[in-house]
Amino acid sequence: MEKFIEHDGIAAPLLRINVDTDAIIPSRELKRVSKEGFGEGLFAGWRYVAQDSREPNPDFVLNKPQYQGASILLAGVNFGCGSSREHAVWALKEFGIRSVIAPSFGAIFYNNCIRNGLLPIVLSDDIVSELATQVEQQVEQDPPSRLIHIDLHQGLVTAPNGDTYAFDIDPGPRDMLLNGLDMIGLTLQHKAEIDAFQKQDRERRPWIYAVPNS
Amino acid sequence: MPKTLFEKLWNQHVVASLEDGTDLIYIDRIFLHERMGTISLKSIEVEGRRIRNPEHVFATMDHIVDTFPGRNDETLMPSGKHFIQAMRQSAIHAGIQLFDLNDPRQGIVHVVSPEQGIALPGVTLVCPDSHTCTLGGLGALAWGIGSTEAEHALVTKTLRVSRPKIMRVRFDGGLSRGVYSKDMILHLIGTYSATGAAGYAIEFAGKAIGDLSIEARLTLCNMAVEFSAFTAIIAPDDKTIDYVKGRPFAPTGQAWDQAVAYWQGLTSDHDAVFDNEIVIDTADIDPMVTWGNSPQHAIPITGQVPNPSKAKDQNTRKSMVRALDYMDLKPGTAMTDLKIDAAFIGSCTNSRLSDLRIAAGILKGRKVTEGIKAICVPGSTQVKQAAEAEGLDRVFEQAGFEWRESGCSMCFFAGGESFGYQERVITSTNRNFESRQGPETRSHLASPATVAASAIAGRIADPREYLQ
Ligand code: SF4
Repeated sequence: MEKFIEHDGIAAPLLRINVDTDAIIPSRELKRVSKEGFGEGLFAGWRYVAQDSREPNPDFVLNKPQYQGASILLAGVNFGCGSSREHAVWALKEFGIRSVIAPSFGAIFYNNCIRNGLLPIVLSDDIVSELATQVEQQVEQDPPSRLIHIDLHQGLVTAPNGDTYAFDIDPGPRDMLLNGLDMIGLTLQHKAEIDAFQKQDRERRPWIYAVPNS
Repeated sequence: MPKTLFEKLWNQHVVASLEDGTDLIYIDRIFLHERMGTISLKSIEVEGRRIRNPEHVFATMDHIVDTFPGRNDETLMPSGKHFIQAMRQSAIHAGIQLFDLNDPRQGIVHVVSPEQGIALPGVTLVCPDSHTCTLGGLGALAWGIGSTEAEHALVTKTLRVSRPKIMRVRFDGGLSRGVYSKDMILHLIGTYSATGAAGYAIEFAGKAIGDLSIEARLTLCNMAVEFSAFTAIIAPDDKTIDYVKGRPFAPTGQAWDQAVAYWQGLTSDHDAVFDNEIVIDTADIDPMVTWGNSPQHAIPITGQVPNPSKAKDQNTRKSMVRALDYMDLKPGTAMTDLKIDAAFIGSCTNSRLSDLRIAAGILKGRKVTEGIKAICVPGSTQVKQAAEAEGLDRVFEQAGFEWRESGCSMCFFAGGESFGYQERVITSTNRNFESRQGPETRSHLASPATVAASAIAGRIADPREYLQ
């Protein structure tokens, strides 16, 4: 898995609340049995005027010239709620988004981010709004001044004006992202414990193991 | 130390507490479906890994399959066939039980798993689908995951999870006539918002919960994810044990007796401490319906489209304005004045036999308003057959409903069949998100009774006016 340590990027504000994973990638875009090829379907319902021709909707934030190359999304409360589809994260990543900053996230989406090297950052509504305001105010300036800096080691987001905001993340997800860990491989190192648990469990809950019809 | 039911089940499944602060939780059962499960199985194959206990893994075809009579691998959804055939292939390769298209056990994953006795009280069960929380209605500790986590569960039989906080939601009192568990959950989310349970697992308790049938409990827990909960659970009782008994994959003989003895101990200790508690007087709940694009936009059916100027903050106001625009509504309009184009009874929320009986009770001897597309999709092939044995299919068809094969169908738009551009739909499903049921479709969530009544009236209607 791709590591996440530090990142500088253009942030695009999409502060709508309750943006669900159907909106991040509509079901009709999930045409293949794969983890790839979903970037084009990202926000398809909002991003294109016509779905078939893929004509960009000029009003949608990611289509605006000042946000070209955006790799950070500033989002509203409950971002990524709804369907568990991991495609939402794959689509964001393929599009180039490395981090989403929001006041809160859908729980399954949050976990899916961690497992794909995308950093979900929880900051208060006020701070996310402040970051958005700054980014919007910088539109007329040189591109670099629109950059937001993220440092996962220190747990800090630096706004374009240099103000810094600390964020919290649990040690588990933090480790996974910093080290780009293969979780399955890591868990398999606990095989002896899993074996022992299962052995004991067979005694304790035999009905779990006596599956009829199989 | 007194413990909650959730803590007890959690603790019993902890294989190890890991250095990173998460717990390694043992997973008893895994359920897959053709849309997400296939990706996990393929990925395991490609990585050259092995499923640890394939006999504990099940799969069904529900998300992408068509629901027209006489269906086959071909789907209206372009490329749907790839998912169906890939699932079949991967399931054989992996050695897991698949309930294929023509299998009498086929159906929507969260309808099938209790029906077949795969979800049981006290088991941990995961599925790459957000509505896995449904199974809390049986007293299972079940939650939705992504497909990478599903791979982890398949290969290691465990998941790394941080324990959520625990909230009790108590429904005290009795339910009024025409009010169902769907209305209870819509009332809860409408009152406490779509993020009201973020960070929590919920235990539903109280007299009203004990009074609910198991099927109604499954409906209630189904929408816990719409409340942002990690999952929901209801302590198993005699009704639960009766429900499970004799199901195809439920334990038998001595194992059954051992299981029952264990299940009877699955309750929260009377002095257990919850991190949070909500108490609702069930008598206050009316039939509910949603007006907007979030389940939190739920109001009593006798209510009016709300005014955004009364919103509590700017972001809420903006989202309300956007929802009003999308739904083409004006503040102050009575919900029961809204004409509908379509009516849908189906989905893992409300497509079980008891739901179909309630709807049929209203439809019997009546006709759907002309021009309305009305569809009933039973939640499983078994539900469909049981309904047909009672003659419910004829009641639906005589009223003007289409009677379909089981599947997720138009609960969500997969690229095939949909309700169509800007059509207004009254629906027994769980999500009223933008374009969830088709491009710019306008969905109003409600109970099957309300859907049936509305189909007859041609507008959103109060089911109490139609109950015999
Ligand atoms: S019926 Fe709808 S909500 Fe339920 S599993 Fe299928 S698509 Fe998801």
